[in-house]
Amino acid sequence: MNKKAENMDKDKVSPLREEVGEGRKYLQLSGLEPLILNENSNFINVGERTNVAGSRKFLRLIKEEQFDEALAIARHQVDGGAQIIDINMDDGLIDGKASMVRFLNLIAAEPDICRVPIMIDSSKWEIIEAGLKVVQGKCVVNSISLKEGEDNFIWQAKQIKRYGAAVIIMAFDEDGQADNYQRRIEIAERSYRVLVDKVGFASEDIIFDLNIFPVATGMEEHRKNAIDFIEATRWVRENLPNVSVSGGVSNVSFSFRGNNTVREAMHSVFLYYAIQAGMNMGIVNPAMLEVYDDIPKDLLEHIEDVVLDRRDDATERLLDFAETVKGTKKERVIDESWRENPLQDRITHALVKGIDTYIVEDAEEARLQASKPIEVIEMNLMMGMNVVGDLFGAGKMFLPQVVKSARVMKKAVAYLNPFIEADKGEHQKALGRVLMATVKGDVHDIGKNIVSVVLGCNNYEIVDLGVMVPPEKIIETAKKENVDIIGLSGLITPSLDEMVYLAKEMERQNFTVPLLIGGATTSKAHTAVKINPEYKNAVVHVNDASRAVTVVSDLLNEDTKSAYVTSLKKDYAEFREKFLKRGKTKSYVTLAQARKNKLAIDWDATQLVKPKEMGIQKLKQLSLKELVPFIDWSPFFRSWDLHGKYPNILTDKVVGEQATQLYNDAQQILKEIIANQSLKAKAIFGLFEANTINDDDISIQKKGKEIAIFRTLRQQLKKREGVPSIALSDFVSPIEKGETDHMGAFCVSIFGADELAGSYKAKEDDYNAIMVQAIADRFAEAFAEYLHKQVRTKHWGYAKNEGLTNDELIGESYKGIRPAPGYPACPDHLEKETIWHLLNVEEQIGVKLTESLAMWPAASVSGYYFGNENAKYFGLGKITEDQIIDYANRKGISLEKAKKWLHPNTAD
Amino acid sequence: MPDIKKEIQKRILVLDGAMGTMLQQYNFSEEDFRGERFKDFPVSVKGNNDLLSLTQPKALKEIHAKYLEAGADIIETNTFSGTTIAMADYQMEDLVYELNYESAKLAKEVADEFTAREPHKPRFVAGSLGPTNRTASMSPDVNDPGFRAVTFDELRIAYKLQVEALVDGGVDLLLVETVFDTLNAKAALFAIEEVKEEKNVDIPIMLSGTITDASGRTLSGQTAEAFLISTSHIPLLSIGFNCALGANLLQPHLEAIASKTDFAISAHPNAGLPNAFGEYDETAEEMAAQIEEYLKRNLINIIGGCCGTTPEHIKAIAEVSAKYKPRQLVIPA
Repeated sequence: MNKKAENMDKDKVSPLREEVGEGRKYLQLSGLEPLILNENSNFINVGERTNVAGSRKFLRLIKEEQFDEALAIARHQVDGGAQIIDINMDDGLIDGKASMVRFLNLIAAEPDICRVPIMIDSSKWEIIEAGLKVVQGKCVVNSISLKEGEDNFIWQAKQIKRYGAAVIIMAFDEDGQADNYQRRIEIAERSYRVLVDKVGFASEDIIFDLNIFPVATGMEEHRKNAIDFIEATRWVRENLPNVSVSGGVSNVSFSFRGNNTVREAMHSVFLYYAIQAGMNMGIVNPAMLEVYDDIPKDLLEHIEDVVLDRRDDATERLLDFAETVKGTKKERVIDESWRENPLQDRITHALVKGIDTYIVEDAEEARLQASKPIEVIEMNLMMGMNVVGDLFGAGKMFLPQVVKSARVMKKAVAYLNPFIEADKGEHQKALGRVLMATVKGDVHDIGKNIVSVVLGCNNYEIVDLGVMVPPEKIIETAKKENVDIIGLSGLITPSLDEMVYLAKEMERQNFTVPLLIGGATTSKAHTAVKINPEYKNAVVHVNDASRAVTVVSDLLNEDTKSAYVTSLKKDYAEFREKFLKRGKTKSYVTLAQARKNKLAIDWDATQLVKPKEMGIQKLKQLSLKELVPFIDWSPFFRSWDLHGKYPNILTDKVVGEQATQLYNDAQQILKEIIANQSLKAKAIFGLFEANTINDDDISIQKKGKEIAIFRTLRQQLKKREGVPSIALSDFVSPIEKGETDHMGAFCVSIFGADELAGSYKAKEDDYNAIMVQAIADRFAEAFAEYLHKQVRTKHWGYAKNEGLTNDELIGESYKGIRPAPGYPACPDHLEKETIWHLLNVEEQIGVKLTESLAMWPAASVSGYYFGNENAKYFGLGKITEDQIIDYANRKGISLEKAKKWLHPNTAD
Repeated sequence: MPDIKKEIQKRILVLDGAMGTMLQQYNFSEEDFRGERFKDFPVSVKGNNDLLSLTQPKALKEIHAKYLEAGADIIETNTFSGTTIAMADYQMEDLVYELNYESAKLAKEVADEFTAREPHKPRFVAGSLGPTNRTASMSPDVNDPGFRAVTFDELRIAYKLQVEALVDGGVDLLLVETVFDTLNAKAALFAIEEVKEEKNVDIPIMLSGTITDASGRTLSGQTAEAFLISTSHIPLLSIGFNCALGANLLQPHLEAIASKTDFAISAHPNAGLPNAFGEYDETAEEMAAQIEEYLKRNLINIIGGCCGTTPEHIKAIAEVSAKYKPRQLVIPA
């Protein structure tokens, strides 16, 4: 025994391990996450496409240093289910060592790839060692062997052990590669003894590759290649404790290159028997694998004869049979017959179907035929868009399709513009100019963007001022650009006041152009009652994109305009009257009465659960992939004006086809977002000691010292006997009870949507721009759902055994709630400031509050956690002046400020 | 010679607390950091705490003694930044051997005094190896994710020098701590194995990772269990976590590895999470109460404190630890 080996011998068993005794040990590997092969593990599939020797495409990408695309291959493997990825850079024309290091370094920056362990594959030791030096997880080295003698083998194994990797041992020794049963087991046993006895290598870290060689080659000596491998595998697993067996499966079918039907079946037969014998991992291309039970009986018999060497004439019989099953794979043909139609039909077809592949080509053809380039837009393209508009109006096309049509239109226009300008001016004459803006303090603009796109493709010119637009800028731009209509959008309640303010300003400055109001928080009632009276000219509430076109067209049509406006004004005035009357019939109780009628939880019978983890924690490294299962898709379809519940909407008679198309497009974008990590999820949350004080406030404490107070609002609408008047504070144990209760606060946010949407907009691709925003919103909600679950089951831990499906989550059938300021249970946006202060949100994760207390980035959710089982979501409804005065006093703000913020919830 | 591998089976061993917090109380000025020897050194050295082993050895000994008095079984050398990589900030790469050697020696002197006084409670010195200020598996350049500011070999060579000096200086064990990038730790472990082989010594190793936030992962993205698997190839005395989180937030991560390894388990959490001023305000009693939860669950073999902890914290921790038996060092079948 040489000296090196002697030294290592001491380390063979750690002093503490001696007591463990003889137990079965399992191969454990790691990327960012663990991979453990125990008796319950299925066959471990090693991804093989990131191997320059096995994939011509990968070789080309590495040669050309197109590492981004090479990474995409790795990612595809992991997404496709590879549990380890094999990386090989052995090619004469590339610098193997440099390429290995570069590629592994890049993989380390991709959490979706490097979550699985890496197999460093090379026949050159220097490449293996370079690889081992750049990977933090526990890798597999593929491979070493006794080929160059025992000393070299021992030295390499010792190094591998010190770098902390498992190893594949090839059945190879000084005399060459093992090619029969006896040689395989002899070399395996000798290698094992050297590794375990001389190097002190952990036996569970040894993996044997017992050489899979082709069968049915026509050579007599190859007949037993498969069965010898299988039997040697059985021997190794039975006689060499704790080891694994691996191999490259595609070799076995080498003789049938070009006949995938036979190859796929042969791989599956081979694996069927090899896995039974104990092969527990291998390099397999999942696309080249037939399901064993699906192999036709006759083919199966022929293949088994060969693999198991059951007949002398097995090879000849299979070769003959193979000719009859030469696979012809079905190819999906895209119907291109519309390309045969006349030019205008093709343009219309492209616009209606949203196909942009040929639009530039067709626009060019039309330009050559037209007398002026502008005519292509005015005639050919508008003719197509009119069809789109008609179909949309008739409910035969849906919003996502229209937005796709707009994308095609924009592409054509972008192509034609230089020709039009060269032709000296004469721009396309728009039907009208519409200013669109999300008001000051508000950041939500999906709806506004959709309306803009729809109007845009109906030949209106859009002046889009974006989000958080101050009123002065809207007024100034409206004058300067001489717009025909102003459209305002907003999602949060303070935006309503902004809209009222703007209507007043327009009146004061003698504007005459119509005002469109839209956005989730707006309503016909608010528009009629609060905005319409402030402006003498037309005010219209438009909350869906499909109506926008008709409304705008009626408002701008010289002939019908005045009659339309008169009828609008009348309609809104009547609506206002009715609404105000209706409001009067409601009756309210005083705050004092409401407090007496609070929700009475029997605190003496309630077991208060102290959170397992108190204090504030951040999450900045979460992979978006983890959020995907938490996405509720129904609101996504709603944002595109497709109504119905997911997944039923996908098969809906009316919108099903469109919904499916939209869903597929969303999945595509989702995949790209996850792959490129173009959105980032960040969160902060805290769990605190809490007690209700003075009925409606919640005192947040740290070690008994008050660090914040949440102010809650109480229902005042008169209730039936026995129905409580609830405030959120009812869900927390009151201080008088003398027992410390707990609550939490959180903010989750998705960063990057704005930039990503912007990059699509820059490419005239509004469809995907809107898609990105809609998906970011879904991610934010999913994140809130995910984090709530983590809090319930882990951080607070009061619902450890909760096992809910995604549907149950969306149906909110769990214990505890996460209400958000600005929403029905707590419509007061001001409380966000308390959350921001308590969690130090802006400094810690970068989510800001605007002057209207909207969150930026827009795809954010913040709120409270209540864990009591009686906690439920409710609507505050309207409250009366006494509560507003009380609230202002409690919070220490002026009555005026309280009134302003609680205005939408104040009973008239 | 007392053997830590025997002591660890008898009782829960207590590690000392923060060095930085204690040094702050001395309010050393630039001149104090320099001492006589470095009075003309070309760059500012204030903040180079490791240097104080040479220029303020008395203060260092005082602090070590306070922790030992508080009940610590293991004290850490003042060498958290004692590599050529971390010392480059102060242009003191050439001093690395001396800094580590002297730090080890002075800690050992103090520890030996206590062992002589109380032979039934032998004290040990752990040579502290910090993470350096660079990461081997992450790029500091957002525009080039494949870039690395430091390589495995650079780390290995730097750690090797530090380990040699610490071993020569007489440390009883080595503590690779605050591991936020597992590849850095693997380089340190590799270097230690080399030194062990070359010097033909067998020195126990403690390894302590850092979970950065509620994701339950290290800065380089590994889960607690993946970290354990990635580093279990070296026969460690103990594995565990320190820094970044307070005792209560560390518990789930300790639980995640405790049932999966036959190494001893260590923890030295911070005194809670920092408040708005970056100060740690968890009291000794509060921290000890949380640590008692570990002890009740039989999670721990070695326990101490990281940022914000003081001799007072260690005393409270030592008192509560004395009431419990150490975690059994066998994986249940």
